[in-house]
Amino acid sequence: MFGQFDFGVITRNLPYLIKVGMMFTLELTALVIVLGIVFGTLLAMMRLSSIRVLSAFATAYINLMRSVPLVLVIFWFYFLVPYIGAWIIRSPTPVRVGAFLSSVITYSMFEAAYYAEIMRAGIQSIPRGQVWAGYALGLNYWQSMARIVLPQAFRNMVPILLTQTIVMFQDTSLVYVLSITDFLGAASKIAERDGRYVELYIFAAVVYFVICVIISVLVRRLQRRIAVIR
Amino acid sequence: MNYHWNWKIFWDLTPEGSGTYLHTLLVGLMWTLATALAAWVIALALGAVIGVLRTAPRKWAERFCNGYVELFRNIPLLVQMFLWFFVLPELLPKHLGDAIKQMPPPWASYVPAVLCLGFFTSARVAEQVRAGIQALPRGQRMAGTALGLTLPQTYRYVILPMTFRIILPPLTSEFLNIIKNSSVALTIGVIELTAAARAMQEFSFQVFEAFTGATVLYILTNIVVIYGMRWVERRLAIPGFIGPAIRTGGH
Repeated sequence: MFGQFDFGVITRNLPYLIKVGMMFTLELTALVIVLGIVFGTLLAMMRLSSIRVLSAFATAYINLMRSVPLVLVIFWFYFLVPYIGAWIIRSPTPVRVGAFLSSVITYSMFEAAYYAEIMRAGIQSIPRGQVWAGYALGLNYWQSMARIVLPQAFRNMVPILLTQTIVMFQDTSLVYVLSITDFLGAASKIAERDGRYVELYIFAAVVYFVICVIISVLVRRLQRRIAVIR
Repeated sequence: MNYHWNWKIFWDLTPEGSGTYLHTLLVGLMWTLATALAAWVIALALGAVIGVLRTAPRKWAERFCNGYVELFRNIPLLVQMFLWFFVLPELLPKHLGDAIKQMPPPWASYVPAVLCLGFFTSARVAEQVRAGIQALPRGQRMAGTALGLTLPQTYRYVILPMTFRIILPPLTSEFLNIIKNSSVALTIGVIELTAAARAMQEFSFQVFEAFTGATVLYILTNIVVIYGMRWVERRLAIPGFIGPAIRTGGH
């Protein structure tokens, strides 16, 4: 069945696929995990805030991001970021932003909305009495958040945050629509150059599958360990 | 920011001569819905079967279905799109593959897109169906057996009618997901809403108006689905049961 195919094309191009493609995917994923969770936590705190303006803004932002497809958001930011950059540094012309920075900004802003909903559930899972106890001890809002609520909320939500991260890792492949060379982009460039679609796309699927299965097995194991301690 | 806004652009004619830009976007929306709805039929049918088999007392069925769900959940949607579009026709017998590749323009990308989204979402629907079945009290299944129903009859008359009413809320969000995910079909050439906005942007150079138009249409679609499903949920909700809020992650 596979007689007419040449899987050697993969080994010949492995350095390019891994060093250029996979590196981009992994770096993007790592940065977005950090930035997305930080922005997401801030958004969740805003959404739960008693200051009306903040919670209205956060709610609107989260709902907006969650109701449009990622592909559209990628296009939005790709064209919007140069204008925002120009506005920030007061440049009269749109600023040129590299593919990597543009993707980091896009995915962080998009994933923040999803992480925010997870962190909101985490924060709400902490009994209110703990916050009051913090206030009674003289801690202010930021102190009680940073020392009491967030560490526990984060810990409770680690499995769900990781599951969302697996989804996000898969979604980074959508930078393809901007012709960026991530792992899938590298595979598709070779596929087009050599006319080897079957080999490269099957290879890409296998690699993504293996990585995601390994991570989700680890997540499940972690979940069990956390469950035992609690 | 010196961007030249022109909101009247929606009423300008496209250079293709197919009507106004607004018309382009609406046709795009139509393709988005056509893709999502057709895929949803596949997703519901397959998802129900796989979900049921995962709870059936047969070891092999459970194993097969777990593998099925893992397969579709752990490969990016875009890669799956390419597998259906580029790879599958090559793996089929030659005359069949050629027949697929030679389908007339919209269908050559529409059919693989629908199959891809349908199978992708079926794995997620299966997960919801399984969770819904397992959320039912065990007594219901036992009662069915005690009344002399066979296993398929128990599923048909007792378990599934309950399950589908319980899992309506998570199914609604899967349906919203399938609408959003249909935008990935633009990579294989389906001119759905996002692709239509891209086309409008390329012809008119009004980037932000085009994307705003698409965003507004997506939001309106969402609102219609959410309110429509709330209405359905109110009519079908079973007192005392709420949808299991299991999070499978995702968009």
